[in-house]
Amino acid sequence: MVSEIKIISGSGVPLIGNDIDTDRIIPARYLKAITFDGLGEGVFIDDRQALNGQHPFDQPQYQGATILVVNRNFGCGSSREHAPQALAKWGIQAIIGESFGEIFFGNCSTIGIPVVTAAPEVIQQLQALVTAHPQGVIAINLEKLQVSQVDGDFIAPVVLNEGRRTAFVSGTWDACGQLVANVDQVRAIANQLPYIKWTNLAVN
Amino acid sequence: MSKGTLFDKVWDLHTVGTLPSGLTQLFIGLHLIHEVTSPQAFAMLRERGLKVLFPERTIATVDHIVPTENQARPFVDSLAEDMISALEKNCAEHNITFYHIGSGNQGIVHVIAPELGLTQPGMTIACGDSHTSSHGAFGAIAFGIGTSQVRDVLASQTLALSKLKVRKIEVNGKLPLGVYAKDVILHIIRTLGVKGGVGYAYEYAGTTFEQMNMEERMTVCNMSIEGGARCGYVNPDQVTYDYLKGKDFSPKDTDWDSAIAWWESIRSDVDAEYDDVVVFRAEEIPPTVTWGITPGQGIGIDQQIPAPEQLLEEDRVIAQEAYNYMDLLPGQPIKGTKIDVCFIGSCTNGRISDLREAAKIALGRQVAAGVKAFVVPGSERVKKAAEAEGLDKIFIAAGFEWREPGCSMCLAMNPDKLVGRQISASSSNRNFKGRQGSAHGRTLLMSPAMVAIAAIQGEVADVRQLLS
Repeated sequence: MVSEIKIISGSGVPLIGNDIDTDRIIPARYLKAITFDGLGEGVFIDDRQALNGQHPFDQPQYQGATILVVNRNFGCGSSREHAPQALAKWGIQAIIGESFGEIFFGNCSTIGIPVVTAAPEVIQQLQALVTAHPQGVIAINLEKLQVSQVDGDFIAPVVLNEGRRTAFVSGTWDACGQLVANVDQVRAIANQLPYIKWTNLAVN
Repeated sequence: MSKGTLFDKVWDLHTVGTLPSGLTQLFIGLHLIHEVTSPQAFAMLRERGLKVLFPERTIATVDHIVPTENQARPFVDSLAEDMISALEKNCAEHNITFYHIGSGNQGIVHVIAPELGLTQPGMTIACGDSHTSSHGAFGAIAFGIGTSQVRDVLASQTLALSKLKVRKIEVNGKLPLGVYAKDVILHIIRTLGVKGGVGYAYEYAGTTFEQMNMEERMTVCNMSIEGGARCGYVNPDQVTYDYLKGKDFSPKDTDWDSAIAWWESIRSDVDAEYDDVVVFRAEEIPPTVTWGITPGQGIGIDQQIPAPEQLLEEDRVIAQEAYNYMDLLPGQPIKGTKIDVCFIGSCTNGRISDLREAAKIALGRQVAAGVKAFVVPGSERVKKAAEAEGLDKIFIAAGFEWREPGCSMCLAMNPDKLVGRQISASSSNRNFKGRQGSAHGRTLLMSPAMVAIAAIQGEVADVRQLLS
């Protein structure tokens, strides 16, 4: 189930703008479901309708893109994992931007979508590059922490905290199995916390 | 790196170990779930053949999708019915306590856990909802998580996390009349920016927070996430203990004394070290209203919508987007902006003290013609308490609708929605594009008292004119 993620490569899609929140990525009406199955059609739906075909997710040159290039504070707001799930259903496999909402970052990491940051000038360069050469392949290398243009000169450093980076590279980004394996230590910590005894939640 | 703060102490006490990646495995003392972000988590458990490790440490309620008018089952909205049915089934199957509609304890998850005494100082609390930061008001480390992380907590009662830095936000002094906790947090977010808190936990300190009651502290901590901080907290003190004493799940008898001693021990040390410190004066905070499409786009009630050149360069693009979307012009005063809908409620401002402040304004006055105004109590307990005080009658007499508890038009997953380009005055937490149920709907965030006066006057107004 879990696999190593060292290099993500593919064509990019630039999405220019700061503070794009998860309500915009997937509006709440698409959350009214007990599975993630129908999310693909809802990704950026209101923005896309407002732009009438001119949203990058609708523009023909970006169809098939796997790397999303965004600006500042992307994915702020609601904790809905539906946001990265919807992006993934559209085809996104990695995201690079100036900065990200904390919970969105955690959600992407947990479901195997690397999210890396880079300096604003690197992002602007990359967005310009992708806009000029939408079919060009870019690669995010998590071992070297670099983003580069395959068959081109562009290369720049990216940032990802060491824990998340190691988790991707070693194939341990889905931590569920590791967490469950430590059940004895978990019980030991629970027994040391005084409030566990004060509050027997099972009573009511 | 921070040292000796409540955040450091609680983090260390809940650390199970370090995972091979270097991330911390953190024990979660209280897990809260609701109908929107949990069904897929339970499905994942089933797929992996896992069970719920500590079913007694997960508590469920239903809040996001519940209608606030006709709550008869099955719900008219079949998708909402599917969601509530899934939660009922999952809780029954995994032996999880579920505070259902009509139980007397149902409500917005961030309202019910504190009022039941489930939320306590020194706990780690997680919920698949970004406003879990509310519980930090008690000196808990509380934060929102996604659905796969809900799965992880169900399966292991732990999460894989990296530690946050700690920023102390000190506000000192007495808030002027007509300035509320909501204004304080809107002012902080406006000043530090919507991404200012990314990577940080916010510790709210200083005499202003010390003077606040627990519900006011919850309002502040609730919106930490709107400032980018995944969690925010206030050190526990006598106000906290007085609130908790006698609550359903609060420690009893001799445990109470042990609890106070432990809660005192987890407070930030006097000589604690912080990664950053920011200081504000309470007297400088005005009644604050948002004009744009992020909670950071706020201004004082007497101010004008800022021109691009008054903003930081990095904030100009989103400002332009906001002028267009909101149909508001730079230089235009916010006061006098016509309002279509007024919403009082949400996990930010749907508690009894919020309804009291709004009722003071509504008392003996009338909602302006053409304005739809409604009040949604945060929980069944809040509703009952408000009705016992006669607040419902005050609102109804003034022309407000009095509804059943839930998240309602904060995010409009139930039938309460803006229509078309309607503009709302809202006591909720987010003014994002499309947030309140219409792709073109517009939201102005403000305190409940400011929403009430907007309802009465049919436009954004200064509550201080009625209070002096």
